[in-house]
Amino acid sequence: MTVRLQTEGRVSEGTLLEIADVKTHFRTERGLVRAVDGVTFSLERGKALGIVGESGSGKTVLSRTIMGLLPSTAVLSGSVRFAGQEILGLDARQMRHLWGSEMSMVFQNPMVSLNPLMKIGKQIIEPLQIHLGMDKTNAVATAERLLRDVRIPEPEKRLGQFPHELSGGMRQRVMIAIALACGPTLLFADEPTTALDVTVQAQILELIGEQRKDRNMSVILVTHDLGVVAGHTDEIAVMYGGRLVEKAPTRELFANMKMPYTKSLMRSIPKLEDPSHTRLLTIPGRPPDLVNPPKGCRFAPRCAYAREKCVQHEPPLIVSDTSSEHFYACWYPVGSPEFEERDVEIMTNVGVGGSA
Amino acid sequence: MSEIELVADEITNQDDASPEAELITRRLGWAFWLCVCWLVVIVLAAVLAPWLPLKDPNANLVNRDLGRPPYSPSSEFWFGSDQDARDVFSRTIFGARVSLTVGFVAIAFGMVIGGTLGILSGYFRGWWDRIISFAFVVLLSFPALVLAILITSLLDRGLMTISLTLGFLAIAPVGRLARATTIQYAEREFVVAARTLGARHPRIIIRELLPNVVIPMGALALLGMAVAIVAEGGLAFLGLSVQKEETWGKLILLGAGSRDLEKSPWISMAPIFILFLTVLALNFAGDKIRAYFDVKETAL
Amino acid sequence: MAGTGTAHLRDGDVVLRVDDLVVEFPMGRHATVSAVAGVSFDVLRGETLGIVGESGCGKSTTGRAIMQITAPTSGTVSFEGTDLTSLSYSDLREARTKIQMIFQDPISSLNPRRKVRDSVKDPLDIWQRGSEAQRIELVNSILEQVGIDPERAAESRPHQFSGGQCQRISIARALVLDPTLIICDEPVSALDVSVQAQVLNLLEDLKQQYGLTLIFIAHDLAVVKNISDRVAVMYLGKLCEVASSDDLYGRPAHPYTNVLVESIPIPDPELAVAGTTITGEPPSPVNPPSGCRFHPRCPYADDICSRTEPTMRSIGDGHFVACHHPLVTPVSIA
Repeated sequence: MTVRLQTEGRVSEGTLLEIADVKTHFRTERGLVRAVDGVTFSLERGKALGIVGESGSGKTVLSRTIMGLLPSTAVLSGSVRFAGQEILGLDARQMRHLWGSEMSMVFQNPMVSLNPLMKIGKQIIEPLQIHLGMDKTNAVATAERLLRDVRIPEPEKRLGQFPHELSGGMRQRVMIAIALACGPTLLFADEPTTALDVTVQAQILELIGEQRKDRNMSVILVTHDLGVVAGHTDEIAVMYGGRLVEKAPTRELFANMKMPYTKSLMRSIPKLEDPSHTRLLTIPGRPPDLVNPPKGCRFAPRCAYAREKCVQHEPPLIVSDTSSEHFYACWYPVGSPEFEERDVEIMTNVGVGGSA
Repeated sequence: MSEIELVADEITNQDDASPEAELITRRLGWAFWLCVCWLVVIVLAAVLAPWLPLKDPNANLVNRDLGRPPYSPSSEFWFGSDQDARDVFSRTIFGARVSLTVGFVAIAFGMVIGGTLGILSGYFRGWWDRIISFAFVVLLSFPALVLAILITSLLDRGLMTISLTLGFLAIAPVGRLARATTIQYAEREFVVAARTLGARHPRIIIRELLPNVVIPMGALALLGMAVAIVAEGGLAFLGLSVQKEETWGKLILLGAGSRDLEKSPWISMAPIFILFLTVLALNFAGDKIRAYFDVKETAL
Repeated sequence: MAGTGTAHLRDGDVVLRVDDLVVEFPMGRHATVSAVAGVSFDVLRGETLGIVGESGCGKSTTGRAIMQITAPTSGTVSFEGTDLTSLSYSDLREARTKIQMIFQDPISSLNPRRKVRDSVKDPLDIWQRGSEAQRIELVNSILEQVGIDPERAAESRPHQFSGGQCQRISIARALVLDPTLIICDEPVSALDVSVQAQVLNLLEDLKQQYGLTLIFIAHDLAVVKNISDRVAVMYLGKLCEVASSDDLYGRPAHPYTNVLVESIPIPDPELAVAGTTITGEPPSPVNPPSGCRFHPRCPYADDICSRTEPTMRSIGDGHFVACHHPLVTPVSIA
């Protein structure tokens, strides 16, 4: 049974997902954990958005909030509009109509996400029968075609196999096939390649990109790896401490980074083109405690460029002078005189006291 | 779609929230402490019974004013009296001495023997592991009741015989848990690190493994004690419990004749009630302790 | 055993020399898996050797076999002239104090039920070094060097620290016995990018300060390049290529190395060209391919690759490759 959204026709052409001031908090013994704390953005149909952040940034919780995959302890507020319809706070029964046919997810660990006791074929065919009301023969044929789409050799044979008979990369391909089975308009990929080897990672990312183009599907790629998003997204959202701190089209972001956090993150990655033993710039300290987040900018305590104002007042998300689609939340962004003044000091000190 | 629901359950564990946020998500809770209070009260009462202002449990306190015993509960006999006009309340307290001892000795014996065998076989693996594991399986497959009847009918039915018989039956389940937990921890890097740092086997077992294995075993011990107390009750019904002293099982049996149950239910109800509360408290506390440390584990 | 040759081994102040190391694991009743199938390399004093490869290539097993945690099936591991594979338990115990190991999972590396300072002090207790006061003093100073507050370490258990801090604590524990060689098995792959940089810098600093020799095992080529002087690339239990790290990435000679280098996602949209250079995944080591183990996935493979296993040969500048058709022309060895 496919439930198409009745409101679909009314949305302005292009925008698929609009989220506004989304907050996801968890009640714990220690107090309220503000895992996601006021995030706003929208995503066009057919585009790929990368959500980048370290652990504790709220990137995973945000994607699960949109998917409606949170435990009941989560306290939600704000708005998530999918194809014009408000979906935040819908219960699992209502969300089930969207899962699979409208949005689906590829998870980090393909071994955990596949049912080890069920044959691959059944795991693909079942959602086809349930969501799309296909009969058995039709569903089997579709399943074979899906496996072929995700470049799995000998699909007829694979349908009869169990997950443990496949390699890690093959399992992730099966996961993608399952996620694609009902023709979703939005695909979440949560660290889809972190558990895979580097040569396999490239293949999987490329596969997701291909399928996106073929199906005019939107993709949200959640990852900690700036390298992964650079080549496989149209836009990037950088999260820190539950907040969106920078968002821009991918090329624009890499060309004109504004947020010192994004810049520092870039600089702390070892690069192949740098000679061996190049001193890495580090970000001292650790991510903020989301029960008691810092009063001002959440990155200020770790930011080498922070000043009094950063500690006192939280910077709003503002439009960059370089592009109207580029937003950042910083008082002294990269390029400002205050930033450059500190940066000169820091770059001359590299190799002396870099490890904090 | 099945994988989505699977992950929805799992999400609480792999939260993206700050590292400390999840460490103390659950506490033991007031119900746990209530159980502990009850256990402390019952243990203290049992230990101090001879010095407490209780009626002599074996005295026939015939009271002409109340008519023929058994007497129903009153301000004089809190839990009533039995057919021989003995105070059920003080008999239940004195019965606790034996019942709790049986439970404690049985599980302590099971822990020491089963725990040692389990840890050693889990740590060293190899042939000894195969032999010990096989022995555990044999022990588990042997009908427990038959074994208990066999031993208690052959030997004199003293307190120690009963306790050790039940303890013997506890060896296999305790041992298997100890072995499984040991194997799980022995593969962790901190054990490998200790080896490469030059620690010898006894040191690794005592310093690195034991503190980790003891927690789930402690939880099992509380559950096991409850089982042993109930098992003693079962033996009592077969007339195979401790010969001399009173136990909860024997007290219940005394009031469990069909005429007594109908006319004077308090004779068996009082010990049943106390036994029930104690077993419940042990089970609940054991379960809570296990869950409490499980949470810490997942947070790691 | 058709090894991959020893042309790349050197003379000089060699701290560790691994010769034709083989590690096999039983698989079921009759089969065995060669996780490491004849690997030779050496490490000079003060050098950092990086070992890089995908999962299942045997890099971690190699690290464990050097430590004798996993017993090698054959081959020798000589550390400062002593063959560790032939030592008795008590001699090995003594010898191993000079080699230490740091593991991937920072939290599982520490006993969850012990105070972390006790864990760091443990090696000194085991070997009865100095008085209790001296031990605590030494432990405190090392903890401070790795950036952990000794007071807090004295009172806290591992779960009260973050992953990065646990890794620092493990590093401190590896340092207290004043080792010569530290084997780091994926020490930063479980950490966040910003924390990873802190730990890498810390390792560099400590290496200078303590005059350490390092073996750094990882799957991340950029990380390995940053910290290593020399890098060895492994594939399915064999060495493919050994070179100085700048040279290896500058002119990869083995097709597999080339694939690895090109597969790394580059954090720059201008450079991130789409186009996979390789298909398939590493085959199972239970049934390794004949000849060169990489040939079924290699774009340059021909007949000889499936028949004959290539041996290490020099392509100049201390750069060695085990390939019949290297991407860089080999120099003829005198």
